[in-house]
Amino acid sequence: MLRFALRRLLVALLVALAVSAASFLLVFLAGDPAVAMLGQGGRAEDAAALRTLYGFDRPLPIQYAAWLAKALVGDFGRSQFFNLPVAAILWERLPTTMTLGVCGLAFALALSLPLGILAALRPNSALDRIALLVAVTGQAIPSFWLGLMLIVLLGVVFPVLPISGADDWRGFVLPTVVLGYYATPGFMRLTRAGMIDVLEADFIRTARAKGLSAPDVVLRHALPNAIIPVVSLAAVQFGFMLSGSIVIESVFALNGVGRLAWESITRSDLPVVQAIVLVFAVIYVILTLAADLLNAWLDPRIRAA
Amino acid sequence: MMKALFVASAALALLALPPGAEAGKADDTLNVAFSAEVEPLDNYKIAGREGLILTRHVFDGLLYKDMDSGTFKPALATAWKFTSPTAIELDLRQGVTFHNGEAFDADDVVYTLTTIADPKYGTRYKIVIDWIKNVEKLDKFKVRINMSKAYAPALEMLADNLPIYPNEYFAQAGSQGMAAKPVGTGPYRLVEFTPGTRYVLERFDGHYAGSPKGKPAIKRIVVRTIPEANTQYAELLTGKLDWIWRVPPDQAKRLAANPAVQIVSGGIMRIGYVHFNVAEKAKKFPTGNVKVRQAIMHAVNRQAIIDAFVGGASKVVHPACNPAQFGCATDVKQYAYDPAAAKKLLAEAGFPNGLDIELMFAAMPRPQAEAIAADLGKVGIRVTLNEQQYAAAAPKWRAGEVPMVLGNWGSYGIGDVAMILGNFFAGGADDLVGDAEIKAWIDTGDTATDPAVRKDAYAKALKKIADNAMWMSLWDFNVNFGVSKDLAFKPYPDEFARFYRAAWK
Repeated sequence: MLRFALRRLLVALLVALAVSAASFLLVFLAGDPAVAMLGQGGRAEDAAALRTLYGFDRPLPIQYAAWLAKALVGDFGRSQFFNLPVAAILWERLPTTMTLGVCGLAFALALSLPLGILAALRPNSALDRIALLVAVTGQAIPSFWLGLMLIVLLGVVFPVLPISGADDWRGFVLPTVVLGYYATPGFMRLTRAGMIDVLEADFIRTARAKGLSAPDVVLRHALPNAIIPVVSLAAVQFGFMLSGSIVIESVFALNGVGRLAWESITRSDLPVVQAIVLVFAVIYVILTLAADLLNAWLDPRIRAA
Repeated sequence: MMKALFVASAALALLALPPGAEAGKADDTLNVAFSAEVEPLDNYKIAGREGLILTRHVFDGLLYKDMDSGTFKPALATAWKFTSPTAIELDLRQGVTFHNGEAFDADDVVYTLTTIADPKYGTRYKIVIDWIKNVEKLDKFKVRINMSKAYAPALEMLADNLPIYPNEYFAQAGSQGMAAKPVGTGPYRLVEFTPGTRYVLERFDGHYAGSPKGKPAIKRIVVRTIPEANTQYAELLTGKLDWIWRVPPDQAKRLAANPAVQIVSGGIMRIGYVHFNVAEKAKKFPTGNVKVRQAIMHAVNRQAIIDAFVGGASKVVHPACNPAQFGCATDVKQYAYDPAAAKKLLAEAGFPNGLDIELMFAAMPRPQAEAIAADLGKVGIRVTLNEQQYAAAAPKWRAGEVPMVLGNWGSYGIGDVAMILGNFFAGGADDLVGDAEIKAWIDTGDTATDPAVRKDAYAKALKKIADNAMWMSLWDFNVNFGVSKDLAFKPYPDEFARFYRAAWK
């Protein structure tokens, strides 16, 4: 188990490094960062001055190595746009994105687990169809559109919820629903399939034969077995939710890391882009690693592979 | 990405909305939203227009440009005169205090301008500072600015483009400190901010009497970043916002139908253009031939494109400048929409069967680029459109790699033709024409102090540009503001919103 964990950790670190190098390169491929920082009023001589100021004129590998050397000791540098330390900016924005991710995941699970279980109990019934409909709609509706529709409905026509910013918990309600709903189908389908499999297993028949009540059989015996793949999907989905929050954060004007990433890319604020990519890659890697290890712990066959 | 789908479906819903609640007026707070994040308020490190709008509330310049009369008014300087073509002496106002209580005097001016003109400081736009050689203190309230060259738009630069910082605070805090906690003399002071996304300004009651900016009527301004335009509209309709800008014409019409909202619109200095690669620095292009360029200009139906895609308030522009700018001569050769003439010119140029050409564009809406390409296609000019991010496009045209570029230019919001001709025709990196005679005329216009001499020199340059079809101006830009019905707000053509002049009705 330890060797497995170490091997996974090493691969994870290499992945994080590769992602960070690739993103560094992409920012330069997207255009001249000095020109991007200046916007349309910038003249060639302004760009030349910035290139010298920030060292964009050095060879890319040297720039990357210089950045990496500092990042490894925790110095992410200063944002060229904000003129503030990158760490301070990230620290300010990360809680919003994390809150949104956790709430979105919780909402998705709270919606999809009951739906999946109910659908599995009565496969191909009307209930199953309704659960399927809910799930498919979630997958099919673009989240920004759902967000805007909810804004019109609950923010404007019936003004019960704030529609932009996150001054208190109410600001998170609509974004949570939109973000979570999009992740519902995967969980729901997986729960349903797992439950149908498990419900046909011998030990469930035994449990029923012993005369256990239906809720007991379903929730205490079947669900824990069916939910294993859902747990590992949830770990990966959480990563998707953090990165998928770019759109949601824009629609609801939340000051999270997702939006910061997007804005920083458009203005070529390299230190911020690099720090975010690294932080996200590490979070992603940790989540995947956790899912791997969890599965390995639950299922010894994986460890051997 | 987000817009197209939504617009169709939300339009109906928005129309049915109830009138909004009154929020801003009740608590004397002007709620403003921008789409772009705002930089911290060290004026000299800001590239975005939004940040520059806010710095003009927090800081003052030595002079103030009054856009209503087109004249310069005393601000931190009470009087000024050119003592030679390359020296300006300014008498400074007495009794002005900064937000932190520091008293304003010549030391502030000398220290601020000396610091930000030093290349080490990293001031974003050289055009603002490269004419300053040094600044001398003559006495406690008198300074002399020695110029590195005669430069007619120097007064424009002194008017709010070169805000004055308090020397003691600035010396100790530096650019980073100024970004974290800006201190100025302006009508508002920054009381709270979250970098990029939220700025709270409060009226500075110690603002000096006699300021050309006046005493603000509104106590607080809260500026937020709301990237998604549709979310801005919803907040405006429900009264949680009082001011948004850059509302597209079709949305403006819908918003105006709601009684809680008024649409205010105004023309600005920005114009759209197609710049032809005449110099052919990197390689040969058909645009090296004047007849091809003239054919292109006759082939594009600018008025029809305005009507369909730009919005009715814009007008076709003929000279290579905005007619609202000083020195923009409008009596230049005009190229009317005439496809037959275009075809004839093409044939004369040796392209009877038409030609293939690339049009690169950045920061212009794709439908407008496609409309131009379609018009050109009708006369046999087969266009390959090449859309690029601005940062990717600029290096390409500066290297002369493309035959023509579609873009727009805002002249820094300055109503002087030097701000556009100087960039595109005076031999700089963006000059794709490289005409020595035109450059000489522009130099004369940029350095002469007599307005008549300036006008005459620029007119010569503009006429030659038009005669030789070196540049096709398209149309001027208009900005629509979505404003609460309770708010009196007047837009100005320099794209600097003046909230200090806004008031509740």
